[in-house]
Amino acid sequence: MIAIFSALGYLAILFGVAYYAEYRQRKKRSIINNGYVYALSLTVYCTAWTYYGSVGRAASNGMEFLAIYLGPTIAAVLFWPVLHKMIRICRTQRINSIADLISTRYGKNFSIAVVVTILCVVGIIPYVSLQLKAISSSIHILTGSSLQEMSLNNFWRDDTFYISLILSFFIILFGTRSIDASEKHEGLVAAVAFESIIKLLAFLAAGIFVVYGIFNGFGDIFSKAWHAESLKGLFQLSNTTSYATWLGLMMVSMLAVFFLPRQFQVSVVENIQERHLNKATWLFPLYLLLINIFVLPIALGGKLIFAGQGVDADTFVLALPLHFDQSWLGLFVFIGGFSAATSMIIVETIALSTMVSNNIAMPVFLSAQKFKPSPEGTFSRSIIHIRRFSMVIILALAYLYDKTIAQNFSLVSLGLVSFAAVAQFAPATLGGIYWKGASKNGAMAGICTGFVIWFFTLVVPSMVSAHVLSDSILTEGLFGLSWLKPYSLFGMEGMDSITHSVFWSLLCNVLVFVTVSLNTKRNAEEIYQGEIFVDIFKHSASPAAEVLRKGTANLPDLRSLLDNFLGAERAHKILNSFAARNNISLETNKADPRLVSFVEKVLAGVIGSASARIMVSSVTKEEELKIDEVIRILRESQQMIELNKEMKKKSTELKKATQQLTTANEQLKEMDLMKDEFLYTVTHELRTPITSIRAMTEIVHDNTDMPEEQRQLFLGNVIRETERLSHLITQVLNLERYESGRQKLILAPAVLNTLIKESVESVAGMANEKNLVIQQQIPDTMFMIRCDADLLMQVLNNLLSNAIKFVEPGTGKIKVSVHSSHDEIQVWVEDNGKGIPPELHELVFDKFFQARNQTLKKPQGSGLGLAISKKIVEMHEGRIWVESAEDNGSRFIFTLPNN
Amino acid sequence: MSSLYTILVVDDDPYILMSLEFLMKKNGYNVVVARNGTEAMELLNKQAPHLVLLDIMMPDVDGYEICRYIKKTASLKNIKVIFMSAKTKDADIKKGYELGASLYVTKPFSTRELVKQIKELLPA
Repeated sequence: MIAIFSALGYLAILFGVAYYAEYRQRKKRSIINNGYVYALSLTVYCTAWTYYGSVGRAASNGMEFLAIYLGPTIAAVLFWPVLHKMIRICRTQRINSIADLISTRYGKNFSIAVVVTILCVVGIIPYVSLQLKAISSSIHILTGSSLQEMSLNNFWRDDTFYISLILSFFIILFGTRSIDASEKHEGLVAAVAFESIIKLLAFLAAGIFVVYGIFNGFGDIFSKAWHAESLKGLFQLSNTTSYATWLGLMMVSMLAVFFLPRQFQVSVVENIQERHLNKATWLFPLYLLLINIFVLPIALGGKLIFAGQGVDADTFVLALPLHFDQSWLGLFVFIGGFSAATSMIIVETIALSTMVSNNIAMPVFLSAQKFKPSPEGTFSRSIIHIRRFSMVIILALAYLYDKTIAQNFSLVSLGLVSFAAVAQFAPATLGGIYWKGASKNGAMAGICTGFVIWFFTLVVPSMVSAHVLSDSILTEGLFGLSWLKPYSLFGMEGMDSITHSVFWSLLCNVLVFVTVSLNTKRNAEEIYQGEIFVDIFKHSASPAAEVLRKGTANLPDLRSLLDNFLGAERAHKILNSFAARNNISLETNKADPRLVSFVEKVLAGVIGSASARIMVSSVTKEEELKIDEVIRILRESQQMIELNKEMKKKSTELKKATQQLTTANEQLKEMDLMKDEFLYTVTHELRTPITSIRAMTEIVHDNTDMPEEQRQLFLGNVIRETERLSHLITQVLNLERYESGRQKLILAPAVLNTLIKESVESVAGMANEKNLVIQQQIPDTMFMIRCDADLLMQVLNNLLSNAIKFVEPGTGKIKVSVHSSHDEIQVWVEDNGKGIPPELHELVFDKFFQARNQTLKKPQGSGLGLAISKKIVEMHEGRIWVESAEDNGSRFIFTLPNN
Repeated sequence: MSSLYTILVVDDDPYILMSLEFLMKKNGYNVVVARNGTEAMELLNKQAPHLVLLDIMMPDVDGYEICRYIKKTASLKNIKVIFMSAKTKDADIKKGYELGASLYVTKPFSTRELVKQIKELLPA
């Protein structure tokens, strides 16, 4: 009783989780929109089989159970390349199941969707029934009642029946809340992620109890097992399991991670953001590792404790805590197993029911009904009913299977049968998304071949053991042909049944698929879809990825189609937003191909692409698509993409060029401004001497009577001002030449000592006038430099004459000296004049600085000397600066590279 | 020869100063010269000139500043101001007149013209 109540309570909590997630989804604050939840939801891979069955497998076959988890671990590496592509395809094409994916790829072919759906149902039902079996047997262990074989005649006394009933209610409540199957079921994902945590914690708790509660750690268990002769082999590789089996199991489980309907549901249909795959790539394998750590210890522990008591190894996880009277732990472990089973049943049933209703029930329903505009909502209600009905059917089938056939198999072998079934989709799917040449006929033939072989090698034997078929097939082969024995096809012996089946079914599947694909003609739609699927990353942003439609339709017809499946309000909203996005008018009566394609795509999300195609075709007038037309459309979209790329490139280049131009323009403006400023200053500096020259000559001219002495004074001043003027002009022109870069240095070897000596001589006249002696302190070394001697002389002359100007006559002292280090030569010109305040140390090298600031006496220079000197030194890759304190003289220093 | 009028000449260029001093004396005015703004400010109060020939760009106090001071000081505001400047931009000239100058002559200027205009400003 407790078991039933806790299971119901657990389901209530689960429903709460789902409800909360959907509440958050409506509020646009999704709780599942992250990589962790996504990765956890992928672990729906771990079912009751993992939970109970791994231990059972380990107890009989040792390490072999690991193969089922190594496969997916390897597959995780392929998540990014393969799943990413599938997710992108399904998103752009509104695909909602694996059957839908395959049929859409092969031209929305109807029959292929039906075949895939049937194979899924037939292949997966045993797997679902396995979960039911696990739940009921775990209840019996928990309650201690013996497991009675219930026959179908008294099903009302059977727990499994009630479990199935409760679960179908729960799933209906869960899975059919929204009509659009391609919409995200956030509640479902949240619930699955929650269950993943519960089952992991419960299993770890059981493991820790066994290892540390019953035994004294891992070492204790393994050493005890080592001494039990029968257990020795369990933790050694390859004793019981052949390499072929290892490879076969890894291969088949690797494919299962991609193609099991429930895996496809959580990893592709429910994926919210492609980048979540990144996290799943490492989190998913990590989860598998964690849940497997305790498998072998529990198996060995169970074997040791229950030696010879005939306890089913599949139940060790639960039986061990109960054996040691840990009833609470037992209950927790039971809930963990229950969650592993329910999460699988829920997701698998929803995925299967979408396929069954869209690909089998819906077409039957629609063709029986003949689409007529009918009162709003009729169809959308029917769709939900059909889907609910499919769910009930699936669970009913699983229950029946459990009662009739499953009793004879262990958990793992049932699961592997399903794995082998879905592996048959691999060639058609992987071929479809990577090989444009894959054709519908090839896919169909391949899947059918694989299906038949799978059925014959795995299902037929199980029917034999359930006494549905006579066992002569096993011993003598079909029709008595010895090469048609289910367990040794074509006479191949020595493999276990699963590996044997996977080997033959996949091999024939691939061969048939490829051969037929190469030898059949594809129709236009197949070519088109092949192009879109294989190059999805190129097309997903282009209009070509839209559903291909050529015809036009009556807009009211289309509208009523949508109204019927979606409800008027939603249909209206969707149509309007599409029309607004694409500038399509909804006023006219005619719907253009784009609108028709869009409606088909929306319907595909609800009823699957094959059904949607039929529905839309019923209201569309269209001509058949020709192959060359498809090729033209594809080429155009290709060209458009390339053109687009080219344009983007061009526009970036243009932007860059514009930016460069703007910058250049700004620089020019700035330079222009500086030039203006400079010119203005120059003219200002020219106006002053011209003013005095004009004034003085006018005076002399107008005053013929002025004393000769005064006349001489004025005329002498005129001459001096004229000299100043021409000096100024020369300097301005020089500076302009240096700054514009038009002046090229004429580099030649020169001896610095000589240059200094010459310079001192050339200013000797000026110095004598002020009664000064210029002291030279130059080492005996000859400083050889490469320089433009004329220009360098200008610098020296300028510094020396400045010094002469600013010292007092008679007492002034001027010293020129040379200092060298290994990388530069310094020339110092020192004076004991009034010095320069620190704030002016940089300003003195500005143009016309002197003219503006030192005019108490008649300015004696152009105001450009230091600016020119600085420019020349810089042209020689040197620096120039002044060191001075006010009233303490100044020291001008310039450097030249020493080489 | 003594005159009714005293003229203060302010310029930092000694040759211009020298020429204008000669010219004003020649035309019968009392002349005071200042070689910079500071000197000019001192002489303004001491000498109470009737007219100032004022350079603008000077190292310490600029001509605009001196003119502004003259025009806002009650005892000085009747002094006529003639700017002589190498600043030839319209904005500079406009600023000069706005500060209350009677005339703004740009360098280089004609001494004959200048003398004529001074005579108009200082009627005999």
